[in-house]
Parts: sequence; structure tokens; C-alpha cells
Amino acid sequence: MLKLIGSRLIQMVFIMGVISLILFAIFDSDKFKKQIAVADLGGFAVSALSDQDYHAWLEKKGLNVPFFRRYLNWAGGVLTGDLGKSFEKNEPVAGLVAGRLANTGILAFWVFALMIPLSLTLGVVAGMNEGSFQDRLTSFISVFTTSLPEIATAIFLTVIFALGLRWFPANAAMVNGWDWRALVLPVLTLVFYDFGYVARMTRASMAEVMSSQYIRTAVLKGLPYRRVVLRHALRNALIAPFTIIVLQLNWLLSGVVVVEVFFQYAGFGKLLLDAALYGDVYVIQAATLVAVFVAVLSQIISDVGYTFLNPRIRFS
Amino acid sequence: MTAANIAPAALPLPFNLRIRQPRSLIALVLIMWLPLTAYVMFGQYLSDSVRNVVLLPAIPATLVLYYIAVTSWKESPIAVIGATLVFFWLLAAVSVPYLPLIDPNKPIAPFAAIGEFKKDHWFLLGADFKGRDMLSRDLWGCQRVLVWGVTATLVAYAVGAFFGLLAGYLGGWWDQAISLICNIFLSFPVMVLFILILNYLGPSGFNIVIAVTFASAPAIMRIVRGLTLDTKSRDYIFAAQTRGEHPLRIMIYELLPNTRGPIIVDACLRLGYTTVAITTLTFLGLGLQPPDPDWGLMIKESTKVAMVLKFSYMLIIPALSVSSLILGFNLLADGLREMSLRD
Repeated sequence: MLKLIGSRLIQMVFIMGVISLILFAIFDSDKFKKQIAVADLGGFAVSALSDQDYHAWLEKKGLNVPFFRRYLNWAGGVLTGDLGKSFEKNEPVAGLVAGRLANTGILAFWVFALMIPLSLTLGVVAGMNEGSFQDRLTSFISVFTTSLPEIATAIFLTVIFALGLRWFPANAAMVNGWDWRALVLPVLTLVFYDFGYVARMTRASMAEVMSSQYIRTAVLKGLPYRRVVLRHALRNALIAPFTIIVLQLNWLLSGVVVVEVFFQYAGFGKLLLDAALYGDVYVIQAATLVAVFVAVLSQIISDVGYTFLNPRIRFS
Repeated sequence: MTAANIAPAALPLPFNLRIRQPRSLIALVLIMWLPLTAYVMFGQYLSDSVRNVVLLPAIPATLVLYYIAVTSWKESPIAVIGATLVFFWLLAAVSVPYLPLIDPNKPIAPFAAIGEFKKDHWFLLGADFKGRDMLSRDLWGCQRVLVWGVTATLVAYAVGAFFGLLAGYLGGWWDQAISLICNIFLSFPVMVLFILILNYLGPSGFNIVIAVTFASAPAIMRIVRGLTLDTKSRDYIFAAQTRGEHPLRIMIYELLPNTRGPIIVDACLRLGYTTVAITTLTFLGLGLQPPDPDWGLMIKESTKVAMVLKFSYMLIIPALSVSSLILGFNLLADGLREMSLRD
């Protein structure tokens, strides 16, 4: 087990190193330096800039340093916890990313807090009575909700609950301080898209377990049905959903971009998009590495968790 | 083989069956698809006279294909509903130049309500904040989403399947290298990868194809690799090897056709993902560019002005359109999977 985790972690560090080098090389091109200049000074000012002034600007921003020295400086900084400075916001990247990540963390916490009980209950109940009306209804609802892209769900929820009923604000920018009501629609959008998929996977896993020999034995030897489901079936049926739920973390980092941009919530996804549009190299680097870290970590947890939870693999 | 088995094939088949032969199906799909692709991707290079007629043969081809789909999948109502949704938008895409619609890019009556008659035009679905007809923009918008979505999925499949076959069939060093590269791409959250690639290449339809390929091909490669490993040890592969066939020939003629079953279902789902991705990327400002209508663009342009219940139709109409298309793809995949399990 430790060997597995170790080799996966080494692979992750390797992947992150490769990605950071590629990103650095891409954003070192003249085209992107120009893009930063345009974003920083304005398009008109840049076109009026003489060659000399442009080089002075590059020097001021530290962009004229040769590629490898800049990369090594940056990599050395990362190891000591210094992630560089944002060109756009002119503040240290570490604090910026951490703050935004915390905001997205709150969003993610509520998404999981709602999604897990909802999808597991629906999936288990549907899988218990395979082919029943309830099962078909769950299948239909989950196909339907996963077919609505986040952007469409966000629109429908906004129109109904924010513009129509006026229960929640349509905008989650929270300029006047923290407001939990603004968080409701972004969370609902993400839950709405995601719960159907997890519910279907849970249903499939539960249905498979319920049709297995040992459950039939348990029922035939006269155990109460409740006990069969709770003590015998659930333990095995929830192994597969566990790995899938952990992998949703990876999906959430994608889904969160659209939702945060639509609701203007100051989170990680919006930070990444803004930084990419600006050409803010150090922010992009940090945000991408965090995203890859979370994604790979969720893959490792899911794999390790699966081997740990599944007794057939654990004891072999 | 007995004479009784050969006899029906010797007779000319009735039209209804002949049209279902793989060869006629491929021909029909090409008649529908090629003009549409040419029209959307290379429209500005076509002369006006060609542009005006190029989509005409695609309309009957689409209708015939829909008829075939409905009659051959009638055992699965889910697949029929899915096919109906998808073919509705396909038909809209090929016939929209010939429909009596208002020019989608012409500003006429800003904020005209749904069904309002204003300035000599009747706005069935209202007009947007610049006064462009919503109905017309919505129908024109499906052309770009469909063409770029399907093209991107096809390219991703071609690349993914090729590397999957290489990794699975050749194994060893090839497998290790290809799998490592795929792992690097798979460790990105998809949207992060899209943003990085499109930011580097610049927003355009062709670059979306490249970005989707980078994001989807690794997953496709894994599926095809697994299927290849499964089929590799069959007798007919050994027979081909003994005949001395080239590995590439074996991969394309022996392995690929035998992996198609699970791939078709996955392709339907992936078409849905790609459609979502294109709409989302356009909404984020990284995809297709204005002024031509597109669902993601319609949403993007309206978010700033339509945040009032009265004008929310500007957001709801494109959102409903994209949802119905994706629902169509997903139901189709569900129905096909159900039917393949039944056989």
C-alpha cells in the first residue's frame, strides 16, 4: 500500500514539474509578453511605445531575464513557499490563490454536503427495487439533470429563484460582505448537474450487490429485510460510489469555472480564467499546479481508498 | 453455406432494405454532413451561387436518415426520443438558409417581446438587446455548435483510437510512452486544460477542435487500448500475423472494426460533452467569435442586459436549445446501450 502511494506521489511531482516547465515556456514567448503589456498599459499605449521603452517596461516587470534563469528562480521560490507576484493585482500569488481557494472550498463543501446524501439515498433506494417505478423515475431524473449543462442550469435557476421569486440574489460577487443567500444558487447549480451521475452509479452498484448470492442467502435464512440491506448490502454497495465521489473533486474544479464566472463569485475558477485572459504567468502557474495537485490527489485517494475498502483486494 | 442462404441476396432487395445497407447509410451521412461542414467551416470561400444550393441535397438525406433511425430503433423508445431531438437540430442546421427567417445579424427592434409585431417584422421568439431576431439566431446557432462539436469529437476519436491501437497492439515501450503522456493530460481538470490551450492558440473553431482533442483523446485512447488488449489474442489476429500482414494493416482492418460496439455508445456521450464544452467556452469568451450567432455567444451577450424577468427569454431560449440537443445525445447513448445489452 505504502509503495503504491509512494510511486503515485512521485509520478505526481514529475507531472507537475513537466507541466510547470511547459507553461513557463509558453508564456515566455514574445506574443504573451506583449499580451501582458497590452493588459497592463492599454493597447493604445503599447502601440505608441518605442522599442527602448518597451524593454524598460520588460525590465521593470522582470520579464527580460533569460528563460531558464527565470524558471529556476521561480522553482526555487516555490520550494521556499514564494510563488511570485501577480502582474495584474500586484500582490503575492500565494495569498491570492489561498484566499480564492478558500472561497471555492466553501462552495465545494456545500456541494458535497448536499450531493452525497441526496445521490446515495436515491441510488440505494432505486437499486434496492430494480425495475420499480421509483427506479425508473430516478433513472429518468438523473439522465435529465445531467443533460442540462451547468450554464443552462445556472440560467434556469437564476430566472426562477432570483428574477422570478426574488428569493436569492442573482449575483454572488458579495461586494457588501459575506452573504450566505448568494451562495445558494451556485451550490444548487453544481449539485443539480452532479447528483444524477453519482446516483446512477450508486444504483448500478446496489443493484449488482442485491442480485448476488450472499444477499439471497441472507434473505432466505430469514433475516429482516432492513437488516439485510443495512448490514449486508450497503457495505459492499458503497465501495464503488466512494471512489466516484472522490473523483468528483476533479470534475468540480472544471465545473466551478463556469458557475463562478456566471455568478461572479470570487473563487478559484474565476481567478484562473481572469489570469489566463490577462497573461498573468505566476497566477496561472500556481492555479494550474493547485488544480493538477487536487486532481491527482483525488485520483490517488480514490485508488487507495478502493483497495482499502474492498476486502477482496485488501486481503489478497 | 447452403443455396437457401445465397438466394435472397441474389434477388434485388426492396428499397426499404437496400437503404439500410452500410454502404447506403455511409453515403447518406456524407450527403448530409459534407455540405454542412463546407457551409459552416469554409462558407466564406464559397461563391454565392454555390453557397445557395450546397445544402439542398442534405435536407432529404437528413429526413431519410431520421426515418431509418426511427424504424430501426423502434424497440427502444428512449433512443427514438433522443434521435428525434438530435435530428430536429440537424434538420434545422441543414434547412435554415431556406427558411423564411429574418437575417440573424440584422439589428431591427431592440427588446421586442415574444410574439410582438414591430417595424414590419413579426418576432416569434422576441428580439435580443440589439434587436436581432431570436428565433432566427437560435436556429442559425445550431449550425456552428453541431458542426464544430461533431468535427472535434471525430478528430479526438481518430487521434485517440490511433494511439490506443498503437499502445495496445505494440505494447512494451510504445505503451509506456503513450500512457505516460496520456496520464499527464488526464491529470488536468478538463476546463483548466481548455483554458490553457485556447489561451495559447487563440479563440477560433479550429483551435477548439485541437483543445477538445487534447482533452478527450487520452480518455478515448484508454478505452481503445483496453479493447485492443482484449481482442489482441484472438485467433484471427494470429492468422493475420502468420499471413505476414503489416502491423498497421492489422490494427486498422482487424482490430478497429471489432472494437466499435462500446465506442459508438461512448461517442454519443462524448458528443454531448463536446457540445457542452463548446457552448461553455464560447460563453467564457474563449470559443467561437461574434457576430455570427451561436448559443454560447447568445448567453454571453445577454448576461449583462437580460438580468430582469421580462428579458430573461434571451437567456432561456439558447439554454433550452443546448439542453435539448445534449439530452438528445444522452438519450440516444442510453437507448443504444440498452439495445446492445439486450442482444
